[in-house]
Amino acid sequence: MIDTPSVDWFALSPSLATLGAAAICLLSEAFVPRWILRPFAAFFCALGFIAGGALAILLYIETPHGSLEVADAIFRDRYAAFTQILVMGAGLLTVGVSYSARMREDHIGEYYALLVTAGAGMAFLVQSANLMTLFLGLEWFSVCLYILCAIEIDLVGSLEAGLKYLIIGGMGSAVLLFGSALVYGATGELGYSAIADATRAQDLAGDPILLVGLAMLLAGLAFKSSAAPFHMWTPDVYEGAPTPITGFMAAATKTVALVLMYRVLTVAFPEERDVWTIAVAVLAVISLAWGNIAALVQANVKRLLAYSSISHAGFMLIAVSAANELGVRALLYYLIPYSAISVGAFAVVAARERELGEPVTLDNLAGFGWERPLLGFSMATFMLGFAGFPLTGGFMGKFLVFSSASEAGWNWLVIVGVLATLVSLYYYLAVIRSMYMRPAAELGLAPIGGSPPREIMLSSAAFLAMAVNVGSFFAVQPLVDFARSAAETLPL
Amino acid sequence: MTGWLATILIFLPLAGAVLVWLLPVGRFAGPTALLVALAEIGFWINALNQMNFDKAGPAPNFDQRWSWFSDLGVSYHVGFYGFSFWLAGLAVVVMAAAIAYGFWVGRDRPSAYFGLMLFLTSATVGVFASQDLLLFYVFFEAMMIPLYLLIGVWGGPGRLGATVKFVIYTMAGSLLMLASVIVFGLSEGSFDLVSTGTSDNTWIFLGFLVAFAVKAPLFPLHGWLPDAYRESSPEVAAVLSGLISKAAVFGFIRICLFKFPEPFDDFRVLVLALAATGLVYGSLLAFRAQDVRGVIAYSSLAQMGLITIGIFAVSTAGISGAVLQAVNHGLISATLFLLAGTIERRTSTGSFDRLGGMARGRPALATMLMLTGIIALAVPGSSAFAGEFLILLGVFGAGWGWAVAAATGIVLAAMYMLRLISAVLHREPGSAVSEVALDLRPAELGILVPLVACLLALSAWPAAISGHVLGPSISPGAPQERHLTRPNDQPPEGRMDMVTMGPGR
Repeated sequence: MIDTPSVDWFALSPSLATLGAAAICLLSEAFVPRWILRPFAAFFCALGFIAGGALAILLYIETPHGSLEVADAIFRDRYAAFTQILVMGAGLLTVGVSYSARMREDHIGEYYALLVTAGAGMAFLVQSANLMTLFLGLEWFSVCLYILCAIEIDLVGSLEAGLKYLIIGGMGSAVLLFGSALVYGATGELGYSAIADATRAQDLAGDPILLVGLAMLLAGLAFKSSAAPFHMWTPDVYEGAPTPITGFMAAATKTVALVLMYRVLTVAFPEERDVWTIAVAVLAVISLAWGNIAALVQANVKRLLAYSSISHAGFMLIAVSAANELGVRALLYYLIPYSAISVGAFAVVAARERELGEPVTLDNLAGFGWERPLLGFSMATFMLGFAGFPLTGGFMGKFLVFSSASEAGWNWLVIVGVLATLVSLYYYLAVIRSMYMRPAAELGLAPIGGSPPREIMLSSAAFLAMAVNVGSFFAVQPLVDFARSAAETLPL
Repeated sequence: MTGWLATILIFLPLAGAVLVWLLPVGRFAGPTALLVALAEIGFWINALNQMNFDKAGPAPNFDQRWSWFSDLGVSYHVGFYGFSFWLAGLAVVVMAAAIAYGFWVGRDRPSAYFGLMLFLTSATVGVFASQDLLLFYVFFEAMMIPLYLLIGVWGGPGRLGATVKFVIYTMAGSLLMLASVIVFGLSEGSFDLVSTGTSDNTWIFLGFLVAFAVKAPLFPLHGWLPDAYRESSPEVAAVLSGLISKAAVFGFIRICLFKFPEPFDDFRVLVLALAATGLVYGSLLAFRAQDVRGVIAYSSLAQMGLITIGIFAVSTAGISGAVLQAVNHGLISATLFLLAGTIERRTSTGSFDRLGGMARGRPALATMLMLTGIIALAVPGSSAFAGEFLILLGVFGAGWGWAVAAATGIVLAAMYMLRLISAVLHREPGSAVSEVALDLRPAELGILVPLVACLLALSAWPAAISGHVLGPSISPGAPQERHLTRPNDQPPEGRMDMVTMGPGR
């Protein structure tokens, strides 16, 4: 007879709701007629994300104090709920971007099922309270993404992207698992807070096994958040994967990986704080340098955005390394415009891709801003947001991140961030330059003919992303208030 | 409504910009933008009526403050001091002229174009009105976005290179400023410019100083200037040199001088030396330049050097002269760039070896160019004379050597301005000047005459500006106790009276 723990179904509800939607999408492949399959699956996928988001909001409201649930395996707190809302939002936008993508008829149901299952895995992962649930959640969404990357086997590079992601992601998972084993070996505990207690009780703060375990855990999570030097897979996978999926990975995967990294480091390893703040700061600097400098020479826009996402991992790692109250608020706030911008930017790339039928480069973006005013304007605000110009949430995010570093006494990190921003301007503005300043005729771009496809879903997704990007600039105080109460359950 | 005037001045053009962008018919964009710009001037004049230049206490006129991001003490705080109010006035006038010129010329993609111009107006007025450091930074950066697009989309053939240079230079400066803003704000616990005290941190000060030095530009940070001024369309060049550079004037006074009195003193000699070098060097380059825009561009470099000298002289006369000269230079260089535009439209070149003899048969063009040029070279009785005189007077106290350098620059100004006038108007008709090239059209006169009229009015009464620059007390901890003679306290020496006596009629 095994004792079953009492299960707080409400705490699990965001994951469960999205899983339910996944089941419907999967079954629709078998039972729904072909002609209605695409809207049907997309609708239930979107519904899953909406329901998950709504439940996460409810969970946020109903959980003023964090607690451990289900045999101490998951957290029920606002920190997780906040992140779940972000993931669900990114997922919802991704459905809009995916809707009119050219897709092989025989896997529409699977596509949406996997997408929403990945969302469920992410929602589960951010609630994880011990190393088992951590690994479970991580693999749960990773496996979905491996398949999604490779799902368009007709697409050049898609299969390669899936394989590369599988191998390197598997490597990252292995490192993470090894690290977990070492931490368990050193402390005899799996739960985050239990690890911290054991470290304190047995005076293990300088224990080499524990430190190696910590380093490997950190490396494993850095793989997922594509922070340099663990970013090797990012450009190829981002380039090869179907564009909507790339946007989802850039937004959601990075969000959960960074949020989780912060939780693990602060909850499980408060005693080693001096070590990991330095380590994370070093990761941040490497990511900023590598991401920005490599992005300078990219001609393919998806690769460019991939390197830009590496550099943004660097910016957010600055907030993690600051490890103060302002830092966690900065991280959570930064993720709001960042996720929206990422999905939105890849949505615009997807639109151009469908129009041209070939990979989007800086050259063949020429004239795009004038041809498609809404998408062009959105893309311009996304690029300004990435670059941290005022009137976009990206600016406020950078401002908060730099403030947190300055408050932690790390002004040198502010200078590094500022210099990285300066370098990044060159390539972000290059996108705007191509869209608006270079006439298409000059480059001999021959349109395929006819007017560009009307993609209402994609346009509304891009518009929503833009609204979040600009709105989060003005509404910074309420959003930071949410972030603050989300962060209150973390020990700092 | 009085309390809202600063806010209205900032957001009226922004609302106009959104309206213009959303207009379904591009044809209406120009007239709408022009109407908004004229309404903006109306509101500014209304504000001028209600402005209290002798307001006591640290709070500015039209003070308005709402908390925006209370965690870090960021607020929406706007208001005008004397000097910033004049700069805002310059902004609304120059922007209206530029919009009118763009409308007359008929730019492509009018909705986007005029929307961006209005957006730029909003950001510039915002810079001059902001009393919160982060808000200032927001407006300061927001100016970059429309400028980047205006140069890059509507500029000349070399525009792409020019924009890259422009952006990299100015952003390098302003991002360092962001670091300074953050460190200053966090150490004070608030970003409010009125309620925070002063700081003696040299590094923070340098972040601000470099940002403004690039924006001005100050020698040797002027690398972006020639390309940007040559490749933009004339009205954008007018805005760039006449208006955007004045954000640096505001920054030097409001932030560098009043927030960092001690570092300001420490770096004073260095900045004075750079400004004097820039003045002489810019004047020489202007004298050697081979085209109309080259002369105006480098003369801007020189004039900004002169204005900076006035500010860093740290005396009431110097600062009053600097603000007066900032307004003068804004009007002069806007007029000259617009004139250069009209010349280029008639001859399709600005190069001196293909110009000449344009005065014959074109009296209006000749009169406008002569008049502006003569005011620019600071002939006694002109407003520029008043400004330069005050600057010389102000800097004399800091050391007569500076005054000599500044005076040299003024002599050189006469040389390059006369050369410009004679190269365009006199001599034999150049190869590009056709007999049938028209005189200024009524619409062009309608744009240029008001600008020149402002200059003439200022020539008649320069003390309107120079006598209303700094109120009795501008900010707690402001260094005027030590350096600045207060206009109200010091009639015996009569420094301020010089303004009315010197150049008055």
